[in-house]
Amino acid sequence: MSVFVHKHSRVIIQGFTGQHATFHAEESMANGTNVVGGVTPGKGGQIHLDRPVFDTVSQAVEETGADVSGIFVPPPFAADAIMEALEAGIGVVVVIADGIPVQDMVRVKRYARDRNAIIIGPNTPGIITPAACKVGIMPSHIYQPGRIGVVSRSGTLNYEAVQQMSALGMGQSTSVGIGGDPVNGTDFVTVLRAFEEDPETDAVIMIGEIGGPQEVEAARWAKQNMSKPVVGFVAGVSAPPGRRMGHAGAIISGESDTANAKMDLMEELGVHVVRNPALIGETAHRVFS
Amino acid sequence: MNIHEYQTKELLKGYGVPVPSGRVAHNVDNAATVAEELGGERWVVKAQIHAGGRGKGGGVKVASSLDEVRQITDQLIGSHLVTPQTGAGGRLVQRVLVEQACDIKKEYYLGLVIDRGSQRITVIASASGGMDIEEVARTTPEKVVREPVDPGVGLMEFQCRKIAANIGLKGKQIHEATKLMRALYRCFRDQDALMAEINPLAEVNDGHLMALDAKMSFDGNALYRLPAITELRDFDEEDPKEVEATAHGLNYIALDGNVGCIVNGAGLAMATMDAISFHHGKPANFLDVGGGASPEKVGNAFRIVLADPNVKIILVNIFAGINRCDWIAEGLIKAMQDQQIGVPIVVRLAGTNVEKGAQMLADSGLDFIMADNLDDAATKVMATLGEQGA
Repeated sequence: MSVFVHKHSRVIIQGFTGQHATFHAEESMANGTNVVGGVTPGKGGQIHLDRPVFDTVSQAVEETGADVSGIFVPPPFAADAIMEALEAGIGVVVVIADGIPVQDMVRVKRYARDRNAIIIGPNTPGIITPAACKVGIMPSHIYQPGRIGVVSRSGTLNYEAVQQMSALGMGQSTSVGIGGDPVNGTDFVTVLRAFEEDPETDAVIMIGEIGGPQEVEAARWAKQNMSKPVVGFVAGVSAPPGRRMGHAGAIISGESDTANAKMDLMEELGVHVVRNPALIGETAHRVFS
Repeated sequence: MNIHEYQTKELLKGYGVPVPSGRVAHNVDNAATVAEELGGERWVVKAQIHAGGRGKGGGVKVASSLDEVRQITDQLIGSHLVTPQTGAGGRLVQRVLVEQACDIKKEYYLGLVIDRGSQRITVIASASGGMDIEEVARTTPEKVVREPVDPGVGLMEFQCRKIAANIGLKGKQIHEATKLMRALYRCFRDQDALMAEINPLAEVNDGHLMALDAKMSFDGNALYRLPAITELRDFDEEDPKEVEATAHGLNYIALDGNVGCIVNGAGLAMATMDAISFHHGKPANFLDVGGGASPEKVGNAFRIVLADPNVKIILVNIFAGINRCDWIAEGLIKAMQDQQIGVPIVVRLAGTNVEKGAQMLADSGLDFIMADNLDDAATKVMATLGEQGA
């Protein structure tokens, strides 16, 4: 089954005809993703990458039966595009854009409440179920099908962990980038719950970073609700307080926000914590076998 | 993005938040004129720098005569004010805010943040004004009132009354506080703020409420729709190297170690620093070259990292997804050829076009220390530093 996206997912791309969207849609299609069309307002009726282009998401859903959308529009237009996808009944909305105003996301989350949808991102490389469905910008070739779920805030650190896993022969059921923003669509707990319920996932690697209470909340939830083992890492042990480390969400604003404080608590709550980011794969291999 | 106190107060005044009468002054004569025009017998002279803790650092003083306003202004302007937030070097004071002094009967705390737990704008208030709210929250959490705002309807009057009553305001003050909180919320929402803090919110001698100090920061990602806020940006308050890095599309933060880092992606950049620290090394900086790193961007990254005289070695760690290793390699080779790079360079490449990138570096004949993975990279950095006796 995997989580959120799988080989039967019907994917549309919002901002379809743009340069980056085109490049990544092509790459996804070459790796088995079922892209059924796309949306670029004003270009409805055209054909792009052998797929139909629509003016609105509603039209695209009606004509193609799409249930997943990859949003590739620039940050100022992203909130509107997410709400359009939600309104059209899309079940999984993946938002790549880095730099969406935080208050836009606060409004998006309010709009999303009571709508039965998952928003992945923003500021994420996306989501991939290897060899079945990729909605995002990650390099497909480093992923391989398997039974370990991966969830992370950072994109490149996700690649790092996946490569370490793949080098040791551990494949991924699904890899989810929840994104580096302080207000994001999906939190760690939601993804952990999906992995726990997924019969094709045996264990989870969770990669967090400084700032916010998410990782510890997730560990607390896992202790009470999860039967599958979790390996965890939190980036930013060497980050100074009060400075935003690239990601809008990665800032130490109190004692409980530091990487070490989070990792100590996670360890107490039963997560197998890795202190050296170079050993994520090795630790997972030891714990999971 | 941060702005000065006097700018925050002008902004808030426009929304209807009561603030003391006052104006900014850039020199001694200017300050005396402002005080004279404001009238009264006592004035507060406040150094305008972005860092907090100004009171503790001696940057806020009361004057009882125009001569004293001159004296204090003369001391402050041109000095480097050291506060708990500036670091030892302090921050150059270029202007002061001169305000009419008022008698304070009681001090409260009022703030707005984007709370990560509720994922909403949240009002934070406390009867313990004038103190650091984090300190209050740690020692007496029951004294801190929190009220999340539903973005669909905004901050409602009943919520404000509840907050006001819970911090001990009485009678007419409850209505006054309600107006003030809603004005602050409107400003916060319209101007894409990330944080607003009125500390203290004071009850002054006539019983009215007034924002005696005010601080706001704004969402850098929303500046495209905030022309008025964008104009208030003061580059003198920012690290020039960080400003230059931003202009080149790089994200740079100076640290105090000797291992320069050039990485793509914020998470991997942090993890790279962590791996170095794990091997008992000290990173000299955080640097994220971002996605789509061109050879020029890589060149600029080297220039910025090498401007730090403490850097004894550079670790380049690239995991290309949206990036391409061959672009990075081209940038590395060009930087080595164009710039005087007197320190060893350890390179770890992975991801998109890694073979091509590695081949280009090998063919260049230049002296790169190649690493296979993150652990190997950190190990080689420390071994090379050890050989140098650093």
